Amino acid sequence: MTDRHGIEAQGLVRVFKKGPRAVDGIDLRVEPGEIYGFLGPNGAGKSTTVLMLVTLLPPTEGSARVAGYDVVSEGPHVRASIGAALQEAALDPLLTGREHLRLQTTMHGMSAADRKQRSGELLERVGLTQAADRKVRTYSGGMKRRLDLALALVHSPSILFLDEPTTGLDIQSRLALWAEVERLARDEGVTVFLTTQYLEEADALADRVGIIDHGKIVAEGSPAELKAQVGRPTVEVVPADREERDRAAAILARFGEPCGSAAEGVAVRLRSGEADLAEIVRALDAENLKVEHLQLHQPSLDDVFLAKTGRSLEGAGDEEEVTPAAELALDRA
Amino acid sequence: MSNVFAGQVLTLAQRSVVRTVRQPANIVFPLVFPLLLLAVNAGGLDAATRLPGFPTNSFVAFALAIPFIQGALFATMNAGTDLARDIQTGFLNRLALTPMRGIALLTGQLGGIVAMGVIQSLVYLGVGLAVGVRLESGPAGALVLIVLAVLISIGFGALGAFAALRTGSGEAVQSLFPVFFVFLFLSSMAMPRNLIEIDWFRAVATANPVSYLIEAIRSLIIVGWDEEALALGFGFAFAITVVAVALASMALRTRLARS
Repeated sequence: MTDRHGIEAQGLVRVFKKGPRAVDGIDLRVEPGEIYGFLGPNGAGKSTTVLMLVTLLPPTEGSARVAGYDVVSEGPHVRASIGAALQEAALDPLLTGREHLRLQTTMHGMSAADRKQRSGELLERVGLTQAADRKVRTYSGGMKRRLDLALALVHSPSILFLDEPTTGLDIQSRLALWAEVERLARDEGVTVFLTTQYLEEADALADRVGIIDHGKIVAEGSPAELKAQVGRPTVEVVPADREERDRAAAILARFGEPCGSAAEGVAVRLRSGEADLAEIVRALDAENLKVEHLQLHQPSLDDVFLAKTGRSLEGAGDEEEVTPAAELALDRA
Repeated sequence: MSNVFAGQVLTLAQRSVVRTVRQPANIVFPLVFPLLLLAVNAGGLDAATRLPGFPTNSFVAFALAIPFIQGALFATMNAGTDLARDIQTGFLNRLALTPMRGIALLTGQLGGIVAMGVIQSLVYLGVGLAVGVRLESGPAGALVLIVLAVLISIGFGALGAFAALRTGSGEAVQSLFPVFFVFLFLSSMAMPRNLIEIDWFRAVATANPVSYLIEAIRSLIIVGWDEEALALGFGFAFAITVVAVALASMALRTRLARS
């Protein structure tokens, strides 16, 4: 890997013609070889940011450099340095996996010998050798995503953009993709910019996480740093009799300050950490309050999101989801 | 043309053909529907050949020009719809992220249309000859006919590509089909212009470029070498192609507005 530049952005803004301020002043710095998780709900501005960084959408304001090149004035150099698997697995259902690779390698100007060798390598790596001559319409979601990844890697890019690569995949396919992304960063030094709405994905994969909401980065750091900002664990109690929710809240208030919980329960962030749990159980028992459900939560990235935005990440994406292709179509129709 | 560019064009043209071949409806309708319509017209309108001044005594020979235009329309719609689907699914974004030149995409797409145009022309011509139509311009005329039919397909194909690139919508492309068909029906498709008795219809058919495309193909079948008809036919086909390719190129530039 000769290119040791990552991704930098300053004050990146994107306003659509008839739409919202989708990205509203983002500053980013992703180091070479780092896996950066861009976490946020649907409509937060993740995909729009990616479209700008991969040169498919010009920023309204601000600037960005990818692999050392300016995304506005040095687009061809940026594209030569990056691979991208955008939000939809943009594949032709009528072509086979091998035909997709032939098309992609030809577009990158590879010789016939290199095309064949590289296609074989990538099919092997993503476990699609046996299915290479089947039409893509017969592939599962996981197989499509793996082919998508292989296509993004044909020209050995130094930076890889993955826009929600595991959305809709079963857990096995998701784990397989995570393993390949980790391997790319660890063994080949590829810088990975990964958008996701899955907390566990950002937690498991990313060296650093940027949390985006309404077009702005609301928190950034390693998963451990971010969770440490929230600090203490929470405990949630759901009373057997929902009428006793207020009484449960009063008991829990002795141990910490209230925080968000499911509608039928109450929750507090514990003042003294996990050590309070036994005391809470004793207090509930002493007050003769029957409990249907009691759970201790360690701080998660969802707690970070909640602390920074006042909303839970789960279900926060109530805006209509706009796919990257749809965003471009809207902008260029 | 560099090797890389040629490889890109060839691969994209191959994809266009492969995609068409793997959607049987995209082959069957452009081949079968025009021939069915030819059979119906030839059976029902044969009496028209007895009109004084009708240029031939075989209505099949007279009407054989129509499938070439109808086939081009079908191929155009199918190719345009496929391109719109590429936009909607994000496949075009994938291509835009490669060093592919925009003109390679358009040329490749039109290359696929050329291949389909040649196949369709050979089938229509073969069926015509099989049912007894005599090609008055001979074997050289068959070659010219195929070249003209392919040029018409490229022109219409570029219009379909323009609609796809401008709107990004397969539905919008398909909505052009009835518009094109109106042009076809308001032409000299079913009757020579000098025998059309309704004044407004004759005026519209005379102003309609599709009349001259049909008359050029028809002249090769039933007349031989009619220089005026061929000049007008090739002239209009060329003009439509130039304008449509220019429009499609501009729309592609907007659609592929990568920095």
